Amino acid sequence: MAATVTISPQTLRPLAETMRPRSMAWRRGVDLLVRVIASLSACVGLIALTWILLTVCIRGGAAISWTFLTQLPTPPGVSGGGVSNAIVGTCLMTLLAGLAGIPLGLLAGVYLAEYGKNSAVASAVRFAANILMGTPSILIGVFINVLLVSPPIGLGHYSGYAGAAALAIIVLPVVARTSEDMLRLVPDTLRESALALGCPRWRMTLDIIFRAARGGLLTGVILAIARVSGETAPLLFTALNSEYSVRSLDEQTANLTVFIANKGPSPYADWQQMAWGASLLITLGVLSLILIARFTLRERKS
Amino acid sequence: MNSALRAPWALIVCAAAVVAPSCSKSDTLTINGSGASFPYPIYSKWAYTFQQLDGTRINYQSTGSSVGVTQVKQKTINFGASDVPLSEQELDEAGLVQFPLVIGGIVPVVHIAGVEPGTLKLSADVLAKIYLGEIKTWNDSAITALNPDLKQLPDISIAPIRRSDGSGTTWIFTNYLAVVSSDWKDKVGVGKEVSWPAGVGGKGNEGVAANVAQIEGSIGYVEYAYAVQNKMTYVLLQNRKGRFVAPSLESFAAAEAAAEKTSDWASAPGFYVSLVDQPGDETWPITGATFILIHKEQADAALAGKMLKFFDWCYRHGADAARGLHYVPIPAGIYGPVEATWDKEVRAGGKPIER
Amino acid sequence: MAGYPEAHPGLPTPTPLADDGRGTGWTSNVARSRNTGDLIFQSLTGLGAVVVVAVVGAILLLLLWKSMPSIQRFGLGFITSSDWDPLHERFGAWPSIYGTLVTTAIAMLLAVPLSLVTALFLVDLSPPWLSRIVGTGLELLAAVPSIIYGMWGMTVFASFMQRWIEPGLAGTLGFLPLFQGQMNGMGMLTAGLILALMILPYICAVSRDVFRMTPGVLKESAYGMGATTWEVTRDVTIPYGMRGILGAVFLGLARAIGETMAVTFVIGDNRHVAASLFASGNTISSTLANQFNEATGIKYSVLVELGLVLFLITVAFEIFAHLWLRRLRNAGGR
Repeated sequence: MAATVTISPQTLRPLAETMRPRSMAWRRGVDLLVRVIASLSACVGLIALTWILLTVCIRGGAAISWTFLTQLPTPPGVSGGGVSNAIVGTCLMTLLAGLAGIPLGLLAGVYLAEYGKNSAVASAVRFAANILMGTPSILIGVFINVLLVSPPIGLGHYSGYAGAAALAIIVLPVVARTSEDMLRLVPDTLRESALALGCPRWRMTLDIIFRAARGGLLTGVILAIARVSGETAPLLFTALNSEYSVRSLDEQTANLTVFIANKGPSPYADWQQMAWGASLLITLGVLSLILIARFTLRERKS
Repeated sequence: MNSALRAPWALIVCAAAVVAPSCSKSDTLTINGSGASFPYPIYSKWAYTFQQLDGTRINYQSTGSSVGVTQVKQKTINFGASDVPLSEQELDEAGLVQFPLVIGGIVPVVHIAGVEPGTLKLSADVLAKIYLGEIKTWNDSAITALNPDLKQLPDISIAPIRRSDGSGTTWIFTNYLAVVSSDWKDKVGVGKEVSWPAGVGGKGNEGVAANVAQIEGSIGYVEYAYAVQNKMTYVLLQNRKGRFVAPSLESFAAAEAAAEKTSDWASAPGFYVSLVDQPGDETWPITGATFILIHKEQADAALAGKMLKFFDWCYRHGADAARGLHYVPIPAGIYGPVEATWDKEVRAGGKPIER
Repeated sequence: MAGYPEAHPGLPTPTPLADDGRGTGWTSNVARSRNTGDLIFQSLTGLGAVVVVAVVGAILLLLLWKSMPSIQRFGLGFITSSDWDPLHERFGAWPSIYGTLVTTAIAMLLAVPLSLVTALFLVDLSPPWLSRIVGTGLELLAAVPSIIYGMWGMTVFASFMQRWIEPGLAGTLGFLPLFQGQMNGMGMLTAGLILALMILPYICAVSRDVFRMTPGVLKESAYGMGATTWEVTRDVTIPYGMRGILGAVFLGLARAIGETMAVTFVIGDNRHVAASLFASGNTISSTLANQFNEATGIKYSVLVELGLVLFLITVAFEIFAHLWLRRLRNAGGR
């Protein structure tokens, strides 16, 4: 005998339960709970942030001085050492890496968001970018070492250019993927209105879409630069380090991260302090970059 | 010009600014070396002083012994530094000359409540058994027998701390354990990295030191400079003569002197003479030299000349600096044979190098 | 000259607003436009895309080339073997793979919810001045060098873990094999927590921007119908930005998998797989960081092969994310 469902108050009640609108009080309660959790989570992030930054500031702050910023490094026990060459080296290599990696990354992001979209080719590119993002930086260092440093393929010596190349490879996928995601979030209505007004595609993308997504695009760029400014392993195989001033990027170039890797784990207190000082410098440097960038591109209140 | 078109020009200007410095080169010589991290502090001190005297920039970077060897073979640097000596065959194949530049010691350190630095006595056999995992607690009879005057060694388990990264320090330490314990030699062996039967790993000397500081009942091995600078609780180790010796520059130098008497440095291939477990009253058992590698065929005579001048200076004038940083300088008796080898083997375009 | 439709022949009229994910059809028409500026621009973007693929391809080739000796010697058993005896040249990848998966899992489980909720806080709940400060502060966390996370972790955080967190976990959840065993402060749990801290700024900053870019008109209509903030987030903001959020999550995941220095300092190094999270372990990246500088011969090849395995793990995650995104898209009808 086939089972039949009779319509009666008993069968209707479960149905009605699921469809019953929740009371306003319940919804407000859930909302309040979520607000509290969100604020607490933000606190957790803040606490961790403060803890690390405080450690860096306290230990590194003692090292910062005019001498520290303008002198070359000295051996343990010899006072008056500094990281002037490392500051110059890091700035130059990061700048070069940004010049190479950011435009290429933005272009790749535009391709993925505007032209390729969901095609097979674009999927392959997206796939590749994700893989690249997950590659340990030490392997990227080895890759550039084989390509640009070691014979037979490379130049036969370490160089700041190789260091910048390794950093650029790290910057590239981060900028590409975040810019694609941000550009995708711009509603198509904006694109359509621009095109309807006769704007050429490239103009539309650069002037209008970029401006609409600029906060997000900037975040991607900042995260990428922040990350490479703290990377040690890729530079260890490409630019290595130097105890002397930066004369040319075509030789081993001083930089802050390998400096920290060399001096931080040493037994000497003065070297350890210099390592913390260098870390503080990196953090402050990125902070100023963030502030300048956000200030320059701030939303104008209309 | 709107913002979109301004960007490429800004890029070009920036790129030019970055590349411009490369277009001018000054004529101060830079000599690049890399390798072992063990002697990094003293090499950097010597390089600094030498630059002030001579003007030549010696740039030594601590990358690890293996990287130093690989790089010098590839000629991406001018000289390599290795804690682990290369065999004669490897030296001949690569066309390298090897010589020792400085000596240092490795020190076991412990973290046991109530035990002061320089009070705990350990024998070679006990140390090996601890690292083999065979002696598991501090109040084991083997340890208490050696330390009758230490009131109470607690009944807590021993945590042997070792290096997680491959390193020349581990090589010297395992070399010592293999010499004093045939068990160790059979079961584990000697290497920059080995398959440790027991223990917790820490990265670098500082990782081992941090672990020892944190874990009650731990024992680790660190370079002497580390033990001194961080005021760690070092042990007294029993040497071959049976005496319990404290680690010090004197006891390291005694090990070297003993080795000089029994072996002939001058004829040893690559000047490698093992300094571990040497005879003598005051010798520290875990001592080792660290080596420099340069090519026999040098491309640039002027650069090679400066390089050899630097090493010569380190030998003859660098002793005080070495001791100040807790290393033992190479004794004078070795200079002669080493420099004779330079004169004989190192060439630029077929001619010997002038220093 | 821009502004007049008759100056651009070939430009069709726009079609309706709905985006079915495959483009609205006018893009292919526009591509036929012979505007040279457009052609140059499109080629440039293609160049960017090609560079990404070329670099990945080149790295993959290099990894394959350098790991050939190891692949030939150890074969597939390499993945499951737990041996690691450098002197007798027996190597296995399993402990490193296990450690990578476990630490990444811990990091993601903690960081993803925390980041999303913090992003919500920054966008909807906090006053603008606070949002800006906290947001900048979180971006700053991304700037701290990873080696500093390692040193901070080793000296400061590990003691904290050993004294407070690990005993606390052992006391409450100690019946689970995950929280048993010797508590040193260093191990997989500590490494996972530090990783969570490192990827938090990435996921949070990107999610914040994703949330911000939800069109106001969508949110306002929902508010207008009486929805609470949470309901708007759950039903409007998150679905709209799901792709972006998944992108942010993947950014964090990629960082966690490949992070080298920070993990190496606190994970301790253990060649055996242990059930407890307090135990030392290894990740593929930490093995690379520890051994690469002192590796020669077959060991060098083994390490490169480990790098290749990591590459493949990332590919696996990527495929999974791709399938999940497609399922979401089909289910959501967008």
